[in-house]
Amino acid sequence: MAAISARNLTKTYGDLVAVDGVSLEVDDGEFVGVLGPNGAGKTTLLEMLEGLRRPDGGDVEVFSEPVWPRNARLQTRIGVQLQASSFFERLTAREQIRTFASLYGVGPGPADDWLERVGLTDKADTRVEDLSGGQAQRLSIACALVHDPELVFLDEPTAALDPQARRNLWDLLSSINDSGRTVVLTTHYMDEAEVLCDRVAVMDHGRILQFDTPAALVRGLDAPARITVGPGTLTTEQAAAIPGVTETADSVDGVVLVTRDPAGVVAALAEGHHLDGVKVQTGTLEDVFLSLTGREYRA
Amino acid sequence: MSTRGPFWALSIAILRGFLRDRGAVFFAIIFPLMFLVLFGGLLANQDQSKVDLIQIGSVPLVDDLPDDARGAFDATFEVSEKDDRAAALEEVRKGDADVAIEQRGDRLIAHYTQTDAVKAAVTQGTLRAFVDGANVAATGQEPRFTFEPESVEDDSLTVIQFVTPGLLGWAVAMSAAFGAAATLQGWRQSKLLRRLQLAPVSTRTIVAARVTVTLLIALGQLAIFLGLGAAAFGLTLTGSWWMAIPLVVVGTLCFMALGLLAGALARTTEGAVNLANFLVLPMAFLSGSFFPLDAAPQWIQRLSDLLPLKHLNTGMLDVMVRGEGPSAALVPLAILAGFALVVTALAARLFRWETT
Ligand SMILES: Nc1ncnc2c1ncn2[C@@H]1O[C@H](COP(=O)(O)OP(=O)(O)OP(=O)(O)O)[C@@H](O)[C@H]1O
Ligand SMILES: [Mg+2]
Repeated sequence: MAAISARNLTKTYGDLVAVDGVSLEVDDGEFVGVLGPNGAGKTTLLEMLEGLRRPDGGDVEVFSEPVWPRNARLQTRIGVQLQASSFFERLTAREQIRTFASLYGVGPGPADDWLERVGLTDKADTRVEDLSGGQAQRLSIACALVHDPELVFLDEPTAALDPQARRNLWDLLSSINDSGRTVVLTTHYMDEAEVLCDRVAVMDHGRILQFDTPAALVRGLDAPARITVGPGTLTTEQAAAIPGVTETADSVDGVVLVTRDPAGVVAALAEGHHLDGVKVQTGTLEDVFLSLTGREYRA
Repeated sequence: MSTRGPFWALSIAILRGFLRDRGAVFFAIIFPLMFLVLFGGLLANQDQSKVDLIQIGSVPLVDDLPDDARGAFDATFEVSEKDDRAAALEEVRKGDADVAIEQRGDRLIAHYTQTDAVKAAVTQGTLRAFVDGANVAATGQEPRFTFEPESVEDDSLTVIQFVTPGLLGWAVAMSAAFGAAATLQGWRQSKLLRRLQLAPVSTRTIVAARVTVTLLIALGQLAIFLGLGAAAFGLTLTGSWWMAIPLVVVGTLCFMALGLLAGALARTTEGAVNLANFLVLPMAFLSGSFFPLDAAPQWIQRLSDLLPLKHLNTGMLDVMVRGEGPSAALVPLAILAGFALVVTALAARLFRWETT
């Protein structure tokens, strides 16, 4: 069954087409990432999927129900963390999450558990205005998850987090997903998308350019692999003579061999006992991203 | 602790937010109370204070006054006795007392200071009247003319009686309008309204919670004003003062609507609060919150009839201190309710969930 099914979604702001005819199916239990440069339309797309923003064209169904206009049956099944933190003024972290919990009919016990799960127990009595950016972000995520929703939307959940908090959140999101929940998140971190997501949508200029598993995206990139061998192991001439090597270069780490047949080249290196300090770099999601969206800055 | 319903959860969150906002509490409660203390305490003392009179030795003319005349005498003079004539005169000279009197035979001699012209005149006039009265009494004849003072209601209202309803009206108007304007804009800016849109709470619940908290605050203001006025400044309420409760409730709704309108029109929290201020403060002046409008030009009085605060003030004045019956509040209630409905409808038309 499809958790989300969107057809031909369009949203324009004046002359600007923020989302341009996007169709998208997300399966139940899937973990989906949306990647794209600033202004690509990720937030706008998510808000239309959440039923928060009315599409100018197209329609969205979540769990086979229309999300627009405000659909009360869906609200308890969806959890949303907005890109900008949104809190009640002057409440402490604990009061904040308990208030949100009450809105969903969830008691204070589970609410406090969620504070613990995002590592904010120490900050329970701190007012939201006095939390650090990352702490506020974690509180906002906890508030989105407190009612145990079946479908979770997270807009750049790890944007302000330190490496520890980021890894902890990864574990948290993986465990939520493992228990059968569907997760849709946007991110600018390729490693995050690669580690967490079953499928990744690369978005730019309001369109989804590719939507596939990270491995398939990298494969589709068809980028050559770069093999580095330690200094003094091999000369550039010897390296160029290995069958399948298309290009060589010297670097501080040693000699770099560029090839489309990494397996064959590594086998040849092994045969000649030239494996000292060898490093193999294949294409990454970042390469996919840059090749799809280009390198120039976005407004 | 059991699970609270969304309505209570929201109400408590809003109330906490208010009580922790020092600025909001100051403007809703402390600031108007400062005016109450100023008008009710300091200014009221001025016209209530008696003339300090020192009686040197025995003054039969005063000592032998019949009971009713003695009462009138004590209403004007704060009498103290001293046998040392020089010391008494010195006190008058220094301004610690207003007048010293002594009686030599049939002559009543008053030593007074001219520094306070009003008190000097009161002293002279009153003493003269008592001496005249004593003269008449000494002839043994019934006086031919009598004098009966009859106070017109308003003149008998002490300052505190007059200022409490007006200041309360202003306080209620201000905090209701600011509260609504600032909450609406603040929540919109912080995207909280959008977040709430995603939760299973209806707009009606959100509005009901906000209205409930504002009403609680307004009734709190009423209690504090009446409590402090009665305890510290001798405020005495007349029979149907409780009609002030529905007046405060409907007045709060009316000014919340005005605040919503400001919140819907403005694009920032500051803008909304400024707009609310711009609406409420001049209205307070024109509605007699700070001083009575009886002396104002006709056109101002006519203009003030168009302002909801004027009707709130008049209604509260009537039932709280003028001793009018409960029905005196009905017309102001109807006018305020009408204002509330019209302005709410206008605000709802202009309302947007987001800033853009
Ligand atoms: N309310 C709005 N009014 C006008 N333009 C808007 C509005 N919201 C978004 N836009 C525009 O739509 C485009 C897409 O915005 P969106 O927020 O969806 O981008 P995004 O992919 O989420 O970017 P980021 O990575 O920076 O979060 C941007 O060019 C933005 O300027
Ligand atoms: Mg965004």
